[in-house]
Amino acid sequence: MSGATQVIGGVSRRLRRRQAVEGYLFASPWILGFLLFTLGPMIASVWISLHSWNVLTPPTAVGLANYHRALFEDPRFWKSLVNTAYYAFVSVPLGMCWALLVAVLLNQKVRGLAIFRTIFYLPSVVAGVATALVWTLLLNPDFGAVNFILRKIGIASPPGWLLDEKWAMPGLILMSLWGLGNMMIIYLAGLQNVSEELQEAAEIDGAGPLKRFRHVTLPMLTPTIFFNLVMSVIGSFQVFMQTYVMTNGGPNDATLTYVLYLYRNAFEQFKMGYASALAWILFVIILAMTLLIIKSSSLWVYYEGRR
Amino acid sequence: MDRSFFARKSTQQRVARGVAYLVLLAGSAIFIIPFLWMVSSSLKEYERIFEPGLRLIPRHNVTVEIEGRRLQTAWYAPPDGERKRVVILDATAGIAQLAKLEGERLGERFEAPLKQVHEISMVAPQWHNYLDAWRALPFTIFLRNTTIITLAAILGQVLSASVVAYAFARLRWPGRDTLFIVVLATLMLPGQVTMIPVYLIFRELRWIDTLLPLIVPAWLGGGAMFIFLLRQFFLTIPVELEEAARIDGASSAAIFARIMLPLSKPILATIAVFSFIHHWNDFMGPLIYLNSTDKMTLALGLRVFQGTYGSDWHLMMAASTAVLLPVLIIFFFAQKQFVRSIVLTGIKG
Repeated sequence: MSGATQVIGGVSRRLRRRQAVEGYLFASPWILGFLLFTLGPMIASVWISLHSWNVLTPPTAVGLANYHRALFEDPRFWKSLVNTAYYAFVSVPLGMCWALLVAVLLNQKVRGLAIFRTIFYLPSVVAGVATALVWTLLLNPDFGAVNFILRKIGIASPPGWLLDEKWAMPGLILMSLWGLGNMMIIYLAGLQNVSEELQEAAEIDGAGPLKRFRHVTLPMLTPTIFFNLVMSVIGSFQVFMQTYVMTNGGPNDATLTYVLYLYRNAFEQFKMGYASALAWILFVIILAMTLLIIKSSSLWVYYEGRR
Repeated sequence: MDRSFFARKSTQQRVARGVAYLVLLAGSAIFIIPFLWMVSSSLKEYERIFEPGLRLIPRHNVTVEIEGRRLQTAWYAPPDGERKRVVILDATAGIAQLAKLEGERLGERFEAPLKQVHEISMVAPQWHNYLDAWRALPFTIFLRNTTIITLAAILGQVLSASVVAYAFARLRWPGRDTLFIVVLATLMLPGQVTMIPVYLIFRELRWIDTLLPLIVPAWLGGGAMFIFLLRQFFLTIPVELEEAARIDGASSAAIFARIMLPLSKPILATIAVFSFIHHWNDFMGPLIYLNSTDKMTLALGLRVFQGTYGSDWHLMMAASTAVLLPVLIIFFFAQKQFVRSIVLTGIKG
């Protein structure tokens, strides 16, 4: 790194000063963006969360009342939090296992790997309103493909999915399992990094495929699992578009997720103070979960070359 | 190591591979159904959507007009006889009232169990659904807006992220390493925390209901993930190239433009593709910032379409297919970039 300055020794100080100026200049778009769209708004958001403000009339300071209201007086806040936790705690483990299974199968040096990979990856590329609409149709209890298949395999009265309070969330989780391409590709890359010598050594020692998976592949894969876990927990706590487009939070608030509730408070009811407080509570929750996973990682994540 | 040694070794392995194929085939079938369903529904007649069953080929019932009535044609196939072409006059409680079809006229009338009557239909994709859907709302304007936002944002993200990443990768300036940790920290910050104040800033600027809030932020750094990816890539470019250019008196700007950028084409393409997908599919941004119809994007337009024509599934699926088509095309052309970018974000993160 310091090669250039050593070569030209004498002018190094002038060069260094020039580089410092250039450094800030090159980094300035990010610095500006960070101040304008991240740091500034973060500070403003704390301030707004301590006020009652509908944007049209001047804000009035209310102290911690917004936080107090969310935590102690707003059953819908808890409802949305419980819904989101339900979504996260079911869809994340299911999704991680499912994506890992597909990745392991793809890693068996199967022929047509590229085609399979494309098929499994495609849904995550097109994730948007269009696919949300397609799934609304697929999950239609009367003429949707999902219930048709369920009837074919002998389930006489399949669930009402998005129209049924109990089944709306499972419906959304089912759809989330479809869009796991990213995770699968990351697993696949992780699997390809698992050293073949170790596998072969284990095989020579007489370990069967399951044993090798359990004691060689899985430990080597834990850093990848760790990464996928963190990303999908963060992502699942922010689920919004699906519940906004497919169920609008219903039926009877069964799919009212946290960010949907936050959005409604901010941009439909213009309770900016309350919505900001909700945002910070979400931040704390996500931070806590992330830290928990990171803390726990020393127990189960194995880094090659360490220990 | 000799591979054949292992290949020969186990039938167990062969069985395992067979099972893997089966599961993969079944899995891909399930994964592909939503796409087939979407396209097939987009080509169906309105009423055909509501028929139960996994019918992927769009069909049209063949009818004839006789004596002022439009009648469904069918094959009558008794278990012990020749099948005949008939029309259905009426059908109740499993019994159909039929009439033989003799040229342009009705022949002998009779009754038969509905089970022995098969309606005649033909394959008839309703291509005009696409036109109908496209005209139901100003989709051409949505397409224009989405294209403007997507192209401007891609350009902004690629350019500004690479400039910034260069500063973090190669230039030496006080505070650089601390600020890089800040860049990484912002990756963890949920967007909801800054969403409201940022909205208020754009409101003050009177940029609500313009495309600017969806474009301008892309030009300011281009996002922490892209900065991170590009920095990692720049670090792999041999420093000697740069030093030689510096000795020849090249400025940092020249080195960046003439050495770093040309050498980074693959990763820049990866980022561009990623940025394209994100902006094309983005829903929450347009939802918050755009109100009037002539400013909307395709994603938002689809949502409005759903609100207006919620039961016209054939048109909604046509619109959805049309919106997804560019993404699918890009995906098939740039698959390598996709896979690589995912792997990069996963492994290095």
